[in-house]
Amino acid sequence: MKKAVIAVTVLCWVPLWGQQANAPDLAAQNTALEQRVRDLEERLIAVEGKIRMLQSTQAPAQPAAEAQPAASAAEPVPPAQPQVPVEPAATSPIQGQSPVVNTGGNLPNYGGASSAAKALNPDISVIGDFIGAAGNSNVPPLATQQPFPSLQMHESELGAQAIIDPYARGDFFISFGEEGVNLEEGYITFTALPAGFVAKVGKMRSAFGKVNMMHNHVLPWVDRPLVTTNLVGGEDGIDDAGFSLERILPAPKGIFLEATGQVFRGDSGDVFRAESRSDVSTVDHLRGYKDITESTNLDLGFSYARGHNDATLSDGSFGEFVTQLFGIDATVRWKPLRRSIYHSFVGRGEFIWSQREQLPSDQHAFGFYTSGDYQFGRRWFAGARFDYSDRSRYGNLTDKGVAATLTYWPSEFSQVRGEYRFTHYAENRDSHEVFMQLIFSLGAHGAHPF
Amino acid sequence: MLTTKQFVLGVIAAALLLPPWAAAKKLSIVTATTDMAALTQEVGGDRISVDAIAKGYQDPHFVEAKPSFLLKLRQADLLIVVGLQLEIGWLPPLITQSGNPRIQVGAAGYLDASQFAEILEIPQGVVTRAMGDVHPLGNPHYWLDPDNGRRVAKGIAAKLGELDPPDSSYFQERFQDFDKRVSAAEQKWDAEMAPYRGRKVVTYHNSFTNFAKHFHLDVIGYVEPRPGIPPTPSHTLDLIGLMKRENCKLVLVEPYFDLKTPNSIGSATGAKVLVYLPSVGGEKQVTNYFELFDYDIDLLKKGFQ
Repeated sequence: MKKAVIAVTVLCWVPLWGQQANAPDLAAQNTALEQRVRDLEERLIAVEGKIRMLQSTQAPAQPAAEAQPAASAAEPVPPAQPQVPVEPAATSPIQGQSPVVNTGGNLPNYGGASSAAKALNPDISVIGDFIGAAGNSNVPPLATQQPFPSLQMHESELGAQAIIDPYARGDFFISFGEEGVNLEEGYITFTALPAGFVAKVGKMRSAFGKVNMMHNHVLPWVDRPLVTTNLVGGEDGIDDAGFSLERILPAPKGIFLEATGQVFRGDSGDVFRAESRSDVSTVDHLRGYKDITESTNLDLGFSYARGHNDATLSDGSFGEFVTQLFGIDATVRWKPLRRSIYHSFVGRGEFIWSQREQLPSDQHAFGFYTSGDYQFGRRWFAGARFDYSDRSRYGNLTDKGVAATLTYWPSEFSQVRGEYRFTHYAENRDSHEVFMQLIFSLGAHGAHPF
Repeated sequence: MLTTKQFVLGVIAAALLLPPWAAAKKLSIVTATTDMAALTQEVGGDRISVDAIAKGYQDPHFVEAKPSFLLKLRQADLLIVVGLQLEIGWLPPLITQSGNPRIQVGAAGYLDASQFAEILEIPQGVVTRAMGDVHPLGNPHYWLDPDNGRRVAKGIAAKLGELDPPDSSYFQERFQDFDKRVSAAEQKWDAEMAPYRGRKVVTYHNSFTNFAKHFHLDVIGYVEPRPGIPPTPSHTLDLIGLMKRENCKLVLVEPYFDLKTPNSIGSATGAKVLVYLPSVGGEKQVTNYFELFDYDIDLLKKGFQ
């Protein structure tokens, strides 16, 4: 009985106590509720983030433990779960690998939206290069210059690029001319080697100077300089199957020094020709770079290439003749950071010496170009180039020329360029030509190295 | 001629001669932008060293992939990116060339900070280039909301603790402290901005969305007809008409854009044209995350008065 009374008394008091507490507590309850809403909001944002990351890395159903090759357009992201490995090299293969959809350079691109649908596809791009030409080309028979026809779909470059696994990425560039198809480049890059090495294996444009590395659509001109066509194989250049190893070297503070060593089969246009398996060619490149100010920088390179050439003995068979090329390239860039999208200047020059063994006597040739390109508006560029070059097979024949260009970008994905070119050939022939070029790009094309 | 054997031996010799990364005492961190560096510095304190690639007054969409950045990247233990394809035009080749396996995409030392933040304007449906440089994953200028700053700082603190477990409680403490300071600052900022709730502004590029959402401003248009596409006369005329109809009196311009078109819009509509800072370091005196908001809110207050 006593217990019951106490219980009833307590029960009666509970609501009273509750009422008393109610008034001052209302605010506190509200705050607590608001806090809960905020917490939920935070959790929602965190979950959304995780979903975004998962979508962009899209684990394939199987094999579950294998690294999945690139998702598509998405920025890469490690899954949000804690990653155990702390060791530098311990890139866990379970972590999602993602696509490096890079773009930029001259014609940057973005990947599509439906990343999930294309999760495992590489980034695919096509770049069209249309050239129209007028004027007299008047190319002498012994000259190396290839005249452009009046109207030509000069090149359609198909790019397919993706991260292969946590240790490597792959890049393919297949160029379609109007008739033939050519593997311009196709290589794997090992990005996770020890001691800072980066290796490439496949077919690639060799690291001889600057212009040799450039695809047509990133050139600052419609054509290539005379020295490139006369001494370094022209449009295709030294572009061969082999492997490449590069590493950043220790250097005084603020200086970037990088060495590249490459070994190729030894077949590159009219520069190198391999008759036997031992006729491999090599290309070595040393690059130094320094920021002079935050807007101005200087880039210097030294190149050396050696390989067997196509010179024949008197009986018509190939001799063991060797071509050696020495090159110096220099680039000055200026781009004020606050107005970087409006104004810039690039000055370039390459100086190349060629020593070609052949009968009856070895040929020594020298050539260079210098050029300047100024960006005077967000979409406008003007440039000029001076050319001078001997011919590798006839060291005593010298061609000279000048060119002027005007470039307009309707957007970042297309480019219209006009070029006037004057060439004075060694045979005392002159040519005056005008070119119009239209470059347009589809899809996600990787940014080209600086 | 180099034989294969010589080549392999050369590689091994070089690898032995040049010892791999020495286990650094301080975590070395590189961030894509100054804002990520500022947040990292807040939680990392003196146990880390942090460097940003892009400058605060530079358009983060168009940064040159200079080799000098590789010198920083090759040593880095952690690379923090803004993500959402903001750096897509310049960062990927730098990562590939860095020769640093730790910061490769997907490795433990690669952190995409966008995963922690509230992302606005994620396009629905098909994205094409006819829309300009639209970011298919959402608006990447998310750090201009202090709540996102807090979220990103929390994520970075967790990542730092993961890479440097002995210091993980230190990073957590620093985050708690940052959290408190941001909350206090937010109260002040919210109060300062409260009188201007719902005010209409125009910005040059679509970089103001998160700021506008947090402080309840209304961005009614952009000087760019589409993201990344320079102003056109017809769009400018449309914008002037819109601003007159909506009685919009403020044009905000990022420090890396030309002021010619904004100024002519200003004189046609009577609107003020102000250069606002989207990033830490946009002006010399703005050296951390708090000063960024102080600067912009001061500017807006003057603009609205």
